[in-house]
Amino acid sequence: MGRGRNTIWMFFITVSIVVFLLLNMLLGSVSIPFSSVWNVLVGGGDEPVAWQNIILKSRLPQALTALVAGAGLSISGLQMQTIFRNPLAGPSVLGISSGASLGVAFVVLLSGKLGGVALSRLGFIGEVALSVAAIVGALSVMGLIVFASRKIRGSVTLLIIGVMIGYIANAVIGVLKFFSVEEDIKAYVIWGLGSFARVSGNQMMLFVTIMAVIIPLSFLLIKPLNLLMLGDGYARNLGLNINRARVWVITCSGVLTAIVTAYCGPIIFLGLAVPHLCRAIFQTSDHRILMPTSMLVGASLALLCNLIARLPGFEGALPVNSVTALVGAPVVASVLFRKRKRNEVEI
Amino acid sequence: MSTVRLVNLSIGYKSKHDTKVVAEGICTEINGGELTCLLGANGVGKSTLLRTLSAFQPKLSGEIFIMDRELGTYSDKELSKTIGVVLTEKCDVRNMSARELIGMGRSPYTGFWGTLGEEDSRIVEESIALVKIENLASRMVHTLSDGERQKVMIAKALAQQTPVIFLDEPTAFLDFPSKVEIMQLLHQLTRETGKTIFLSTHDLELALQIADKIWLMDKQHGITIGTPEDLALEGHLSSFFARKGIVFDMETGLFRIENQYTSRIRLIGHGQKYAMVRKALQRNGVLANRNVEADVWVETGDLTTSGFKINAPGKPVMEVANIAELLSAVANVLPRG
Repeated sequence: MGRGRNTIWMFFITVSIVVFLLLNMLLGSVSIPFSSVWNVLVGGGDEPVAWQNIILKSRLPQALTALVAGAGLSISGLQMQTIFRNPLAGPSVLGISSGASLGVAFVVLLSGKLGGVALSRLGFIGEVALSVAAIVGALSVMGLIVFASRKIRGSVTLLIIGVMIGYIANAVIGVLKFFSVEEDIKAYVIWGLGSFARVSGNQMMLFVTIMAVIIPLSFLLIKPLNLLMLGDGYARNLGLNINRARVWVITCSGVLTAIVTAYCGPIIFLGLAVPHLCRAIFQTSDHRILMPTSMLVGASLALLCNLIARLPGFEGALPVNSVTALVGAPVVASVLFRKRKRNEVEI
Repeated sequence: MSTVRLVNLSIGYKSKHDTKVVAEGICTEINGGELTCLLGANGVGKSTLLRTLSAFQPKLSGEIFIMDRELGTYSDKELSKTIGVVLTEKCDVRNMSARELIGMGRSPYTGFWGTLGEEDSRIVEESIALVKIENLASRMVHTLSDGERQKVMIAKALAQQTPVIFLDEPTAFLDFPSKVEIMQLLHQLTRETGKTIFLSTHDLELALQIADKIWLMDKQHGITIGTPEDLALEGHLSSFFARKGIVFDMETGLFRIENQYTSRIRLIGHGQKYAMVRKALQRNGVLANRNVEADVWVETGDLTTSGFKINAPGKPVMEVANIAELLSAVANVLPRG
């Protein structure tokens, strides 16, 4: 019976991804009829060039970015929650996204001061510089954490070190802000709000390709993650090399977060909430189910949030982070609440 | 046949600056098909010994042979098929059924994704049947009581199909019937499966009654090993737990609390009622049995008679219905002091 229910849910989630993807193509400030959208997507060439541009160069990259970012962050969050056995863990918990922010802050806030030109005016070069800075920042923090994880036994200690690194990064950012010109601070703040729209054509291809490689790689960690759930002692006794597994999981989760943050800014909430949503829906903690479903639910939710952020009337005015939290949090809370109540009746 | 053999083993903790030896010079063996219990006060190193034997922490020196092979030469994978453990760390997974958890015991044998094959599932069901938890198998682990969860962990260790199983205080936190149940279960498993089962416990009485071999561990003597009966006869048990207030009752082979007697009563009677009256009086500081010479005497009768009769010099015979009344009546009759 459980299996049948799971199949229905999987079907529903897959359909929702397709529907949200199409809606992302269809809705926007310029209204384009569905038939034309379809023609552009399947390669029909006789639609107006403006429409082709809007769909292929704006809406499609944005939707794909949202899809891939949502999937990556959710997997990353799931891995963090399992390895730290902490329901409040998420992709940002180890200070990795703070590291990305720090990298970006350095580039954005200092470019105006030292280079004499605001980065936001540099266009494509600026965009690349931002991504590179974010990745360098995130990966350096991750390197630090991985190094620490080899020295430190307890997961909780590691978690606290991650949080401390986050504080340090934020403090440095505060100092940088203090010395920066207003225009740069604004650019930094906007980066911090997160957006799926920032990634343009070429970069989008790179982003999607990288993620398309790393996400399947993270599936290799399913068995170790299942064992880690039992606690270190039992996992070791069942033949798992705890330290190695921990380094791999942190690296995988860290790289996913680093890359998504580099391209979209620090996207909050998705990575924390989606794994909980999946546990509640599928009533399991088996990663063979949670990993693929988190990926799909994450993609679907990110598309939905992107859709809401672009609803006619808001027109890109709504930052993605506000949508993910404002719309998503109540939904997730209500699902968890209802499941909890039902569980209590069953017991 | 010995499955675990320790040669001059020293255990403890080594850090950069100093070495803390918990126990040293341990030379002994553990036999297959036997239940061996490790007894010792808190902090004496029971967990350290178990952790060292399970390869969770390095030994300081000496050798550990498991199935006639030095522990250090096992790979992680081989070890997971040789030693199964049940730990004190509580496994607080949510949304996982007992059957799934027991299935995790198959991890050393399953493939890349950890999916159970037909053979694996059969072994899981067998383990469930051995521990007799068919009724719990579909329940979620987080809804189980401590005792039930402990049985699930034992089933996990069985599913692991290891010749040796180590358990760290498997009866801690359990209520008394569950303690007995777990110990009997483990004893029975050694007989049915021929596995070597070695556990640490604080439940002295249970261990003395159920274990095949006892390891007594303390700071002065190191580790003393024997059957509970031999240890009793040789006086190890009484010296081991020699403390004010505890005496080893040679007659029953068990420990009891030592009472300070302030007065004495002669008891007449036999059977269960005699034993119960004796116990109640001794708890209240009255030495009472049929060999005592005293002015006051109590007829306990036996299970066919009702009530108890109290005889004191110069007073009429008092009849009381139960032991509570008997105690208060006796308190009035006896000279104070």
